[in-house]
Amino acid sequence: MDNLLSYIDPLLDGAWVTLQLTLYSTVLGGVVAFMAGIGKLSENRATRWLSICFIEFFRGTSLLVQLFWLYFALPILGQAIGVDLRMPPLLAGTIALGLNIGAYGAEVVRGAIQAVPDNQYEAAKALDFTPKQTMWRIVLPQAIPEMMPSFGNLAIQNLKDTALVSLISLGDMTFRAEQLRNYTQDSTTIYTLLLFMYFGMALVLSAIMKILERYASRWRTRKI
Amino acid sequence: MLFGIEWDTANNWVFAWSILPILLKGLVVTIQATLVGFLVALILGLVLAALKGARLRIISWPAYFITEFIRDTPLLVQLFFLYYVLPEYGIILPAFMTGALALGLQYSAYTSEVYRAGLESIPHGQTEASRVLDFTPLHTFMFIILPQAIPRIIPALGNYLVSIMKDVPVLSVIAILEILNVARIIGDRTFNYLIPLSMVGIIYLLLTLLASAGIRYLDKRLPKEGIPLK
Amino acid sequence: MNDAIIKFENVTKKFGDVTILDKLNFEVAKNEKVTIIGPSGSGKSTILRILMTLEGIDDGIIHVAGKPLWHEYKNDQTVPASEHHLRQMRKEMSMVFQQFNLFPHMTVRRNITEAPIHVHKLSQKEANDLADEYLDLVGLSEHADKFPSQLSGGQQQRVAIARALATRPNIMLFDEPTSALDPELVGEVLSVIQRLAEKHDLTMLLVTHEMQFARQISDRICFIDKGNIVEEGPPEEVFTAPKEERTQAFLKTYMQS
Repeated sequence: MDNLLSYIDPLLDGAWVTLQLTLYSTVLGGVVAFMAGIGKLSENRATRWLSICFIEFFRGTSLLVQLFWLYFALPILGQAIGVDLRMPPLLAGTIALGLNIGAYGAEVVRGAIQAVPDNQYEAAKALDFTPKQTMWRIVLPQAIPEMMPSFGNLAIQNLKDTALVSLISLGDMTFRAEQLRNYTQDSTTIYTLLLFMYFGMALVLSAIMKILERYASRWRTRKI
Repeated sequence: MLFGIEWDTANNWVFAWSILPILLKGLVVTIQATLVGFLVALILGLVLAALKGARLRIISWPAYFITEFIRDTPLLVQLFFLYYVLPEYGIILPAFMTGALALGLQYSAYTSEVYRAGLESIPHGQTEASRVLDFTPLHTFMFIILPQAIPRIIPALGNYLVSIMKDVPVLSVIAILEILNVARIIGDRTFNYLIPLSMVGIIYLLLTLLASAGIRYLDKRLPKEGIPLK
Repeated sequence: MNDAIIKFENVTKKFGDVTILDKLNFEVAKNEKVTIIGPSGSGKSTILRILMTLEGIDDGIIHVAGKPLWHEYKNDQTVPASEHHLRQMRKEMSMVFQQFNLFPHMTVRRNITEAPIHVHKLSQKEANDLADEYLDLVGLSEHADKFPSQLSGGQQQRVAIARALATRPNIMLFDEPTSALDPELVGEVLSVIQRLAEKHDLTMLLVTHEMQFARQISDRICFIDKGNIVEEGPPEEVFTAPKEERTQAFLKTYMQS
């Protein structure tokens, strides 16, 4: 038992890093998801193509490969063109995770927007709203409740993916656990504890997403 | 030199060309791990789905909990757990099997959901009609339900196959020589990470596009109503 | 008609290979109440949708309030209308849809004030006053803060009418406004439209299957079939003494039900 308590401190240090990383990458992912999702539906061919390429690329390659590339390969590219592109592990992790989850999120955004009935666009046109007003005031508010369940799943996936940054020496929960294991050889306790810590965080994250989902769906009341 | 193949660092293109065979050897391991992991996921998923469907709550509830637990914890941590903890209890597996087991375990949580959703999407009328015609439950399942369920679950399972392939690089932490690990080793030794890692990225992209096209083709070939039985 | 507020000249509209409107010539005078009747697929709704700029035309020219709708005059040439021109023209008209098309995520009040504020640049107070005025007109003042999903179909359609009126159009278009309603809710919507027809200086173009109602409120009935006007005239003429055979056949099937 004494061992258990002594593990908690370093794991909590790691948990803090995990939380930060999850938060930053989810926010980045959200922004990217909307940009690419809406971009894929754009009338502008270039925007559409850019969005499609981005989505296919980041969904089609392994996250760990992307992470490693950003952390190990990009600096070398920078050297070749004379720019210092080295970045701290937290930044590399945030960018890799954010872009990756953003690509998956983009498909969710696109699907939800396309699920908004055509007649909403017609009503907006009849009232003479501009396309931009139509998207931001009429379509997106109706699309967002559709996105929330999938966003919930993606948020959990993102949390799980943060464990990979331990492989580029970022001091998250998994990294700390590995350190502890190297030191104490007490694999069972440490990894069981680690698994439950992730599980706990996932449950909390799930609950938060459920609350957000309910908030965004306020207007979807049942007919009297 | 790796796998007995030398590389040539004369210039970038020659280098890329010379390491391609090495990377492809890593790719073979990647594909092997993907297929074995997928197989494990299919089987374990079936077990989980069966347990979750059990009428005794004492069986179904733990199954639900285990599924949720697997889904909400990282593959990497599950891998470490299996790799370090199993030997302490006398179970010693070769690294490759541990890796495939971890992949299969993580994705069994998803495949069990696919099975459940697929079965549920079959209209109840089918089972009712079978009962009226006095088919045995086994016959109903094998020849009525299953052929109709399979086309519905193929796309989802196919997507998970591709996902497993993208998760294989995680296995590099237990020294499995899949393609990313190979690229990293080359990078470690030549200080040129850019070329190997970029090539891995491109190879993955091609594989994913190929696999996705394959799944779409399979989906198109299978009639929506079910596997035809003459 | 010299003071024609709507003028279709040889308008042709095709959907793929199917010709919906075939060199249609059609006029509506200012403040006239016209009802268009006809079988399914005759092009009735299409006329309204073209006016509301939801569909374009393949040939011909349309004038609304003296200005071309789907065209512009630039340097003495007639060119297809730019989006900017269309936006200007849309301000002349408002449309009430068969499926109401209210914005489900906005309250009744907001549904009505959104366009006045963001399209016509009214202040929040001016828009609210407008909303109150029109909610009163359609008899739904107590429901201002409800969401569409909390209202019945008839109530939703009345809100849609208020929303369309709030943009102060010169022309109101009604595309089968009661066709999607349960029978017991049709009356409340029709009485609102009737009030509009009686009290307001408004040009109204109505597509409906409610023949009795059309007879009551219309100045003119147009019977359209296969993309062209077969017969038009005052309601008493068209309904009681139709001249054309096709009109007679159509009215027979309707009067039987």
